[in-house]
Amino acid sequence: MCGLVGYKAEGFSPETGRGYLHDMTDAISHRGPDAEGHWCQEGIGMGHRRLSIVGLEDGQQPMGLEDLVLVFNGEIFNFVELRAELEARGRRFRTGSDTEVILHLYAEHGTGAIERLNGDFAFALWDGARRRLVLARDRAGVRPLFYAQRAEGLFFASEIKALLAVPGIEAALDPFALDEIFTLWAPLAPRSGFKDIFELPPGHFMVVGGEVARLERYWDFEFPDMSEGYDTRNEVALAEEVLAVLDDATRIRMRADVPVGAYLSGGLDSAITAALARRHTPQQLSTFSVGFESAEHDETAFQAVMAEALGTGHAAISCSNDDIARVFPEVIAHTERPIVRTAPAPLYLLSGLVQDRGIKVVLTGEGADEVFAGYDLFKEDKVRRFAARQPGSTRRPLLFKRLYPYLPGLQNQSADYLTAFFGVTPELLSDPLASHRPRFRSTAAAKVFFSGDLRAQLQGYDAAAALAETLPARFARWHPQHQAQYLESRYLLPGYILASQGDRMAMAHGVEGRFPFLDHRVMALASLLPPRMTLKGLVEKHILRRATAHLLPPSIGSRTKQPYRAPDSQAFATSKKRDYVNELLAPAAVAETGLFNPQAVAKLVAKAGETGVEGFRDNTAYVGILSTQIWHRKFSAGRTSAAVAAE
Amino acid sequence: MSDIKTTIRDFIIDNFLFGDTSQAIEDDTSLIDNGYVDSTGVLELVFHIEQSFGIKVADNEIVPANLDSVGAIAAYVENKQRSAAA
Repeated sequence: MCGLVGYKAEGFSPETGRGYLHDMTDAISHRGPDAEGHWCQEGIGMGHRRLSIVGLEDGQQPMGLEDLVLVFNGEIFNFVELRAELEARGRRFRTGSDTEVILHLYAEHGTGAIERLNGDFAFALWDGARRRLVLARDRAGVRPLFYAQRAEGLFFASEIKALLAVPGIEAALDPFALDEIFTLWAPLAPRSGFKDIFELPPGHFMVVGGEVARLERYWDFEFPDMSEGYDTRNEVALAEEVLAVLDDATRIRMRADVPVGAYLSGGLDSAITAALARRHTPQQLSTFSVGFESAEHDETAFQAVMAEALGTGHAAISCSNDDIARVFPEVIAHTERPIVRTAPAPLYLLSGLVQDRGIKVVLTGEGADEVFAGYDLFKEDKVRRFAARQPGSTRRPLLFKRLYPYLPGLQNQSADYLTAFFGVTPELLSDPLASHRPRFRSTAAAKVFFSGDLRAQLQGYDAAAALAETLPARFARWHPQHQAQYLESRYLLPGYILASQGDRMAMAHGVEGRFPFLDHRVMALASLLPPRMTLKGLVEKHILRRATAHLLPPSIGSRTKQPYRAPDSQAFATSKKRDYVNELLAPAAVAETGLFNPQAVAKLVAKAGETGVEGFRDNTAYVGILSTQIWHRKFSAGRTSAAVAAE
Repeated sequence: MSDIKTTIRDFIIDNFLFGDTSQAIEDDTSLIDNGYVDSTGVLELVFHIEQSFGIKVADNEIVPANLDSVGAIAAYVENKQRSAAA
């Protein structure tokens, strides 16, 4: 796990290029504290910061093989099997690293090598014989890769701050990205948040040769057409298969030349991951948790149950509201985009604990809720469809209360109001975005704070409609639950969960997250399951529970999904507000940024008082506005890009 | 009636739109469909109506038919005031 940078720029001498590479790698030194390397030729250069995990002694990068040169961030978990296969074909290896496996595999198969990789990766490979650069990114979007085109050529890097170290690449806000964040929670790839800086979308590679760049998708989430092609084996057989594949996904993710730890959230997914990890490590497993001062968010008791059951060496931190406020500016410096929730902040603190304990790799349960239909949103969609099929029912909408016991505002509502809040209309049955409409609508309601200037730039842009235009034709043939899973997995997972909560928070402290549920074999198996096997009635992750019940204490195995949440506006709106909060939300600062209406923000701040605002929309607005203000000041408020990168 | 509507409209603009007057709130503009009011907002709205007009909103009256637009709220309030006076 590491960070990579580079360029393909005709006319760049190695001397010029080396200076650029030095500045770019410096900007992402947190991703790879163990080593640094650069490689340049006329018109092409690559740099690397290394976090040594596999092939500690001989895995330095950039790494070459004949006419090929590679910089690589991530892990190839099946490198052992691939290497054996390549050796059987006569290839000889100089190192024990997975990096060299990519080189040999590419030498054999060209870009066809990419789909043979089981791993979390982003890489840049220079094919000297064909004079072409190949950029590639893993299927689910675990590892990041950004790029920007300048007059001289193409620049690329693991994080945007490295691109901003290149003179001439400016940190200018993309208003459409902001609109997408304030609707979908994340920009739509390839949009990054900054104008003219793009993200290589997950499951894609790009070939850059001469003046031409070709973007190609090699993988996507796939589901069978409705009622056709489902895996029809009985439940016992399916549960056995789920366990077997998940166990192997975990086993190969324990491959490292350093100890591998695990997160324990208190929920089912991380408990399964840790339980399986323990089977594949001879030493005591180290586990890590974050608890909350706020009882509403705290799951410490469940974390302790699991740690004791597994006999792990457990370490935990407690996160107070003020801890969130304290680290929030650092969090935004790493997310490199505004966010509408504070949930990444506790994970930033947690990766700091892992780093302090000398652990570089952690397994987590991320991805299980997408792959096995764990989120409340999937149940909500099911109830909405159930209610929409009988308009006027006074009973069916009451099921919404069961879904959200932790939202007191909902518990007292009438069936009519629940029907209205959840958008239960017959039209939803034919809306491709039906499952996500309530979330999009509630989030977009915070756009009421957008300034007149920003609205004028947006010219009525509709982020949800833009998303709908990117859906593949086959989407229309899928079961509604699969459609909802696709929307969640294809957009929010890479755009927010794996980026802002995952890679960026872990790598801020040089920690690599690994996600067994996002092994493509697990994703492929789960996508063929009949929807009733994952969401049975209103019980989420049914087949996963059945497959793993024997590994877990009953109190964990039967636990209903608790969404991971952190205090939002309450973290900032206190009697002892941090100076930056007062400063950045003051009318003068809001007016200077120009993105929000200063008077409206002043009213929101007044409404929040010293206890925070209530409700989804107002919390979205508070955190979204504050994070945008921090982001703007950090990256683009009238400062040169070089100054940003130097910080 | 128009006084009631003005009071309600001002409250909605101030409390749910944070002073934004760029979007016209007509008598029949849905507060939910436009994202102005969420489940917490309904409770704020009921509290405000009770305070401003001196009426008691019964649980079974907290329904969109009574509260989802300026026009509906005004009609509901007027009706309640009339019943109280009778």
